Amino acid sequence: MATFTLPKNSTIQQGKTHRAESGAKNVKSFKIYRYDPDSGENPRTDTFEIDLDKCGPMVLDALIKIKNEVDSTLTFRRSCREGICGSCSMNIDGLNTLACLKPIEDVTGDVKISPLPHMPVVKDLVPDLSQIYAQLRSIEPWLKSDTPPPPDGERRQSKEERAKLDGLWECILCFCCSTACPSYWWNGDRYLGPAVLIQAYRWIADSRDEATGERLDFLQDPFRLYRCHTIMNCARTCPKGLNPAAAIGKIKQMLVERES
Amino acid sequence: MSIMQDSREATMIGRKSDGTPIRRPLSPHLQVYDMMQLTSALSISGRITGVIWSLGLLMLVWWLVATATGPSAYASVSWFMTSFLGLLGLFGLTAAAWFHTLNGIRHLAWDAGYGYDIPTTYKSGRWVLIGTAVATVLTWLIAIIAWAS
Repeated sequence: MATFTLPKNSTIQQGKTHRAESGAKNVKSFKIYRYDPDSGENPRTDTFEIDLDKCGPMVLDALIKIKNEVDSTLTFRRSCREGICGSCSMNIDGLNTLACLKPIEDVTGDVKISPLPHMPVVKDLVPDLSQIYAQLRSIEPWLKSDTPPPPDGERRQSKEERAKLDGLWECILCFCCSTACPSYWWNGDRYLGPAVLIQAYRWIADSRDEATGERLDFLQDPFRLYRCHTIMNCARTCPKGLNPAAAIGKIKQMLVERES
Repeated sequence: MSIMQDSREATMIGRKSDGTPIRRPLSPHLQVYDMMQLTSALSISGRITGVIWSLGLLMLVWWLVATATGPSAYASVSWFMTSFLGLLGLFGLTAAAWFHTLNGIRHLAWDAGYGYDIPTTYKSGRWVLIGTAVATVLTWLIAIIAWAS
């Protein structure tokens, strides 16, 4: 169900301000969503003033600097710092992206940071992803084939067959797209969302996979697939420049074509 | 025990460090997301103009019923339609109808498999906005010229 306001326990309070050290010339304010389950209080927004002359170029650099030097309780996921692990996905300046790929200088004014939208918050910028992982599991994201592989080696693909996976295999499962989708916000209990659907199409499009029929059967459902209303927020926000909406469109077309 | 309406409810339950169960907050969505980007802004406008058009059609039905009822009923509806408020409503209705139609064509193109990439999406979105403005003004120019002659 679509609820446009936040529940009572989720409204955001004014938090603390951590001033920049005196003498800092190139100061930028980072307004960061904080939630501590042990405090029993509502989430709050803390402001951290950072001297950009002593900070790396990306938003993740600032978050790490804050954790190292200002407030060690600041909690966020990060790993590779080069846009391949998908851990540091969050909402920065109104759009979902990876903190490690988002240059601070691209943000005009204060840098507003909050967790991936419309998700349960574990702590600070860490959302609970178990629902979306369960949905990913449901589309069985692995090669399904009854034919055994050739005894002398691997399953072969032509260059053309392999090219069909370009723009799909690059997905790093950061879930920026799914949590940018209003349809996923309102119907995420039953709608699979763009991230899981681009994965579903990745296996449908794979020439080596022999379960295309059952995969399409599973998706032929008013909620799982057809809650996509081509809003296009997914493709707009994908930090890897992929297009989940186009993949969903291709699944819809395949469902129509197999009826005719 | 109440029946769980939404499977996501299960993930809303967390624990404090000492193990006491706690209800997790929901992260902000409409409150923080940039909904003015062309993608979602045009999408919600498509919904809203659809509703406006449906309500507008009721107005046209009212007009038709009045026409069938007789001269006095027709005259009173006509008086409202040609009042400033009525004309403003009709103008808004024309704009909503044109937007919904042109945006519908955009959706048809998507459903046929065209125009999914973001540059094309933005280009087609801008054309829908420009087309709505031009078509609405043209519609009224033609209506006013036909009315005057």
